[in-house]
Amino acid sequence: MSHFEFASVDVDLADCRESLQDSRCGGYAAFEGWVRDLNEGQRVLRLEYEAYEALGVKEGERIVAEAIERYGVVAARCVHRLGELQLGDLAVWVGVSSPHRDEAFAACRYIIDEVKHRVPIWKKEHYVDGDSGWVNCERCAEHAD
Amino acid sequence: MIDFVARSFRTGPRCFAMPQIHVEYFAILREHAGKSSEDLDTPAVTAAALFKELEKRYGFPEMGGMKVAINDEFGEMETRLADGDAVVFIPPVAGG
Repeated sequence: MSHFEFASVDVDLADCRESLQDSRCGGYAAFEGWVRDLNEGQRVLRLEYEAYEALGVKEGERIVAEAIERYGVVAARCVHRLGELQLGDLAVWVGVSSPHRDEAFAACRYIIDEVKHRVPIWKKEHYVDGDSGWVNCERCAEHAD
Repeated sequence: MIDFVARSFRTGPRCFAMPQIHVEYFAILREHAGKSSEDLDTPAVTAAALFKELEKRYGFPEMGGMKVAINDEFGEMETRLADGDAVVFIPPVAGG
């Protein structure tokens, strides 16, 4: 089972959860990232995710392996959607199972935080007013002011 | 196989030619370049120099925090490029 994958279709959450079940585990923590209707004050209509998949999978695998090592959890996985998504759609899922809850929460948090910073994924938002933009790329200059 | 033969043929007599670099473009850079990839003969010695050349050619918008991957691994902008390298410039990411 791969620890990190990209999906171009809806993620089967029941399947994801089941893949982490283990009789050694008394806890399972999961994080779901959803498409939100507002970003930086602009009304979002839909968005697109694009990834450099060859490097993205490698880096994602490294992040999940780090979380397992660092927090001693039994199993962890992350799935990130690519392509066009609508409001409310699941964009990313992280799941962790471990004997106790503290490690599961911590590892889950570590994975989503690191994925956001390190995995080469880009998000293009399409706004209600007809504008669109690549998040963190096209308004950097404005942010710097 | 054909590509391999073609590449060997090309690289054989290219002793003094400029290195050929395969560049892939994603997201905002893909849109500005108007293509997903290309093979370039470039005088650029480093990834940073290659980026400057492409920035000028395609008018990439100003962005801080540009990173680079060489042959599908993170590299440094000051890394020297070698003939046949595959280079991807990585603008600020936004997963999750």
